[in-house]
Amino acid sequence: MERLEFRFAGRPGTPVAETGEALVGVVGSGNLEVMIERVDLGGGCLAVVDTSIHGFGDTWQQVLADFVDRRGLANIRLSINDGGATPAVVVLRLDQAWAGLEEGER
Amino acid sequence: MIPARHSFQEAGARARIRALLDAGTFREFCGPAQRHTSPHLPTLGMPVAFDEGVVVGEGAIDGRPVLIAAQEGAFMGGAVGEVHGAKITGLIERALDTRPDAVVLLLDSGGVRLHEANAGLIAVGEIQRAVFDARAAGIPVVTVIGGRNGCYGGTSIIARSCDRIIASEEGRLSVSGPEVIEAVEGVEEFDAQDRALVWRTMGAKHRRLIGEIDALVADDMEAFRGAVSESLGKSRPLDLDELEAEHARLAERLARFEGVSDAREIWAALGVNDPDRVSEIEADEFNRLVATLEGARA
Repeated sequence: MERLEFRFAGRPGTPVAETGEALVGVVGSGNLEVMIERVDLGGGCLAVVDTSIHGFGDTWQQVLADFVDRRGLANIRLSINDGGATPAVVVLRLDQAWAGLEEGER
Repeated sequence: MIPARHSFQEAGARARIRALLDAGTFREFCGPAQRHTSPHLPTLGMPVAFDEGVVVGEGAIDGRPVLIAAQEGAFMGGAVGEVHGAKITGLIERALDTRPDAVVLLLDSGGVRLHEANAGLIAVGEIQRAVFDARAAGIPVVTVIGGRNGCYGGTSIIARSCDRIIASEEGRLSVSGPEVIEAVEGVEEFDAQDRALVWRTMGAKHRRLIGEIDALVADDMEAFRGAVSESLGKSRPLDLDELEAEHARLAERLARFEGVSDAREIWAALGVNDPDRVSEIEADEFNRLVATLEGARA
């Protein structure tokens, strides 16, 4: 297993809107689970990835940075358990997690 | 217009709970944000799941309170690890305090998680003990089987310890799985690739015909929901007389069918006119057949 941690600036100074969480996906071969939580990170974002495939830190960095940027996230913690998902699958799960978080808050 | 059918088998653990309970009533215990994950998997270099592959909580069905657990079959084949088992045990023990109308277990599992070996085996024993404690207190425990993994190994023993079992045709129930039997006894004895053989030996229709499950339903959330609703508040006696009667029934069944080599011979002996058709018929027609057979026997 390899643990990777990434911090993103997000939108500094954004107040914490509310608390909430969503869990999507199931860990398996080529699949992953993503838990997304609203926590006070001073407007920033944090991603913790536990993956069974070593050596793909740069790819994770790019996929996660793109997600945080594209969605304009702030005060979001992403926790990921990965069984070797491809970047395309990861992107889909991240978007699904965000949709799940918003749905739960409606 | 054909009404929409929502498959139980295709749904994940959380979606199954949402579909079976009254809308908005589910409250999860020890949810994923609390990260009660396996201490064993990381030492083996394997990823954990935030909910340990099982969702537990409380809610209502038709306004009646239930405790419910759902195994996530996609995580390690729904296998029971130490924490996974502890969540189920804790849920069932809670029934002694809150006295719900039933504890509902949505089992979808190959059995014990071999990575956790003895801890997983002990967990299965603890769940079984909790089931008996709840039943002794008059609280019905209902097993539901309809996932891809079926219900095998230690979880099959848990299932058969409950008051009632509800299953879809897709569900299977057996202690040893097809591959295990083939590996131990040889392919001549049991060909695990022969899906028709697997289903007529372990499938829910066979289990229903020989009296090991109580209700067969179509792979449809509403059908499952209706069958679970009917089971609420109905406990089966758990005393010495019942056990002795069950042992006598099993001894008689073994003596009667000992020489039989295929389930279809059993079905014919039970009065099924066309055993070859049993695998093909839908749940409704199958249940009419069972009702006819039970009527004839009574």
